[in-house]
Amino acid sequence: MTDRLLALTGITKRFGSLVANDAISLELSRGEVLALLGENGAGKSTLVSILFGHYVADAGTIEILGRALPPGDPAAALAAGIGMVHQHSTLADNLSVLDNVMLGTEPLWWPRSRRREARGRLLGTARRFGLAVDPDARVASLSVGERQRVEILKALYRDARVLILDEPTAVLTPQESEALFATLRGMVAEGLSVIFISHKLGEVLRVSDRIAVLRAGRLVATLPARGTSTSALAEAMVGRAIAPPVARPHARGDVVCVIDRVSTRGVRASARLDAVSLALHAGEITAIAGVAGNGQAALVELLCGLRAADAGTVTLAGRPMAADPRAWIAAGAARIPEDRRETGTIGDLPVWENAIAERYRRPFASGGIVRRSAARSFAAKLVDRYDVRGGGIDTPVRALSGGNMQKLIIGRALSGGAARPDQYAPTLVVASQPTWGLDAGAVAWVHQRMLDACARGAAVLLVSEDLDEIFALADRIAVLHAGRLTPARPAKAWTLAGLGLAMAGAGTRDAA
Amino acid sequence: MLDALAAMLVHADFWSAVLRIATPLILGTLGVLLCERAGVLNLGIEGIMVAGAFTGWLAVHAGAGLWTGVLVAAATGALFGALHGVLTVPLALSQHVSGLGITMFASSVAYYAYRVSFPNVTTPPTIRPFVEMRWLELPVLSAQTPLTLLALALVPLVAWVLARTPAGLAVRMVGENPAAAEGQGLSVSAVRIGAIVAGSALMGVAGAFLTLSAFNAFFFNMVNGRGWICVALVVFAGWRPGKALAGALLFAFFDAMQLRLQQADAGGLPYQAWLMLPYLLSIVALVAVARRASYPQALMRPYRKGER
Repeated sequence: MTDRLLALTGITKRFGSLVANDAISLELSRGEVLALLGENGAGKSTLVSILFGHYVADAGTIEILGRALPPGDPAAALAAGIGMVHQHSTLADNLSVLDNVMLGTEPLWWPRSRRREARGRLLGTARRFGLAVDPDARVASLSVGERQRVEILKALYRDARVLILDEPTAVLTPQESEALFATLRGMVAEGLSVIFISHKLGEVLRVSDRIAVLRAGRLVATLPARGTSTSALAEAMVGRAIAPPVARPHARGDVVCVIDRVSTRGVRASARLDAVSLALHAGEITAIAGVAGNGQAALVELLCGLRAADAGTVTLAGRPMAADPRAWIAAGAARIPEDRRETGTIGDLPVWENAIAERYRRPFASGGIVRRSAARSFAAKLVDRYDVRGGGIDTPVRALSGGNMQKLIIGRALSGGAARPDQYAPTLVVASQPTWGLDAGAVAWVHQRMLDACARGAAVLLVSEDLDEIFALADRIAVLHAGRLTPARPAKAWTLAGLGLAMAGAGTRDAA
Repeated sequence: MLDALAAMLVHADFWSAVLRIATPLILGTLGVLLCERAGVLNLGIEGIMVAGAFTGWLAVHAGAGLWTGVLVAAATGALFGALHGVLTVPLALSQHVSGLGITMFASSVAYYAYRVSFPNVTTPPTIRPFVEMRWLELPVLSAQTPLTLLALALVPLVAWVLARTPAGLAVRMVGENPAAAEGQGLSVSAVRIGAIVAGSALMGVAGAFLTLSAFNAFFFNMVNGRGWICVALVVFAGWRPGKALAGALLFAFFDAMQLRLQQADAGGLPYQAWLMLPYLLSIVALVAVARRASYPQALMRPYRKGER
């Protein structure tokens, strides 16, 4: 190809025994959008981190416009016109937008910053690409979408020729994603090239010209977007057919848990609820959609007994509940927390101790002494029944993969410490982002467990940012925005566009 | 007693004392502030001040000029700062442990070198220190030495460097979000070590003020916890140079008051109670102010490139 801009040849990177990238070769042309598609852990982020110089590859070379790029040097990558928008924000919250954009663009020995010129140039770039920003705003005061705009501007300000976007839509509402895609089209029209990382099939087909599929560190296919179907992509991505979860018929039962006009105060927006009311029924999955940080944390903590309501009441099975986690567990609440490493497990303790961590008094201890044999045999049964792989019951939990960790947590929550787990059913399941960061097989497994728990009569609350997941599982959907909750409506009554608008704040005000 | 207090407050001598007491605190606080804005706690300050006090004085005692002594003290501070930087930045050791280690190491080396250099003296040998700037003919300032003027001038300078220069922006960024700084092509290690070296040089000068201006000799325990006060003052100041000056002056005000109240034999209290006063008031001020402080986000977080 004559207009070849970038060429990666034989890139290999190992982390210990894990081969994150295995001899990957890729090319990128001018004005092209190349999608890197793959499951979590397939090696997409590692590959672009090598391209940008965050990591040094164990083998392989990178050429840009025919010249070799020195490895492990972000400054050289920037100078060569590579711009990167990371998955996690790389902005300093306490500094202004202009500060964040200007950093590193002036030699450190300059006696003063040319702020006026920089501000003019930033506004010019912003206008050219239709990305409105306030240069003097503190980053902490910006929304997630605005921050991403700043990240993109940071790269454009330095005359990037190649823009790398790592999972850019993960934190956006559908409408914000649309705006991002329009921006990308504008950039390509100006001759820029884009590398777009995603694991969402639909958006990959929509935005890209070519799709490179990674699986377990290898490049398994490079396909033109035109004429490729989502099913072909899915098969290339996963490498095998995955049985979709089966919903058993379940009937809506009695009300199990009632949240009545609950408000919580908090410093962070994610800790605030504003007069939220919700009734959860047995045998029904109720999903809470919304962009992270709009009160989800408060809602989930409320239903695990970790946070007290400042106003309003919460009842479970007819009894008012206080902020006491042990009382919630005793009343049959099953907790699947969002962050499985931070709040779901204790990494340095072995599997068997984690398996009884929520019920270490009864039945697994008597007289203040842990009944080791009972606890260990329970853990062994749990590991067997919920298919936790990667070690025995004496393995420290941090050594497990994310998927196996989640299986352990879900097993612990759903079996309730009962001697016969198959006969136990929790009254309430509170699942927060239960499939975050899991591969497709584990996602299907988790979805099946939630549907099964529901069929056995549990009231399930699913908090998720993944709208595909919500539409696949939920009977009813409510949207949380800025601490306010819309009424829960049947899933069929929602459209994707309507959900997106509610996530951006339309309608929540009158609903309360 | 209130009359005595009022009489004290209108006397120029009192305010001269405040400024004199504040000078090493201003220098040291600016030093700590520079390190912490870059994300590194430097508890080596107490020892670096001892070392700077000693080497600055030793240079002058050996015949060098006073300003050369100040430079020697700054270089001493920079050297210990570089050691702290290498230990905490590329090697990513605990910043607390490394800092306390530097304090013990630097002060022990200084005391040892002093003993070896002057084995048989009973009274500490003296030098001719900086003299007061009588020619200035201003009420409080003319009772100060040039080092106090230097300290006062450094406050706006450090503020300006942090706010208005590319280097200052780099320092603030590595203290807020080192990954972002690296993403913009900066070397986090180089910027952090640079800030620690510069800050530690100021700490060395803070120590030298004690031997080259406040007194005319070096003796044991002369730093006497001033370094720790500086660490607290940075929090009190919310990591801002202007407020650091205010904090240093406030502490010095209480200290000067305490010195006079001891002599006045006021209220029949034992003098130790007055000795305690500035520290007690510092804690109260910290409680009042520091709860709202916004820390540099990456303070005490080591950054390792290429780690996942």
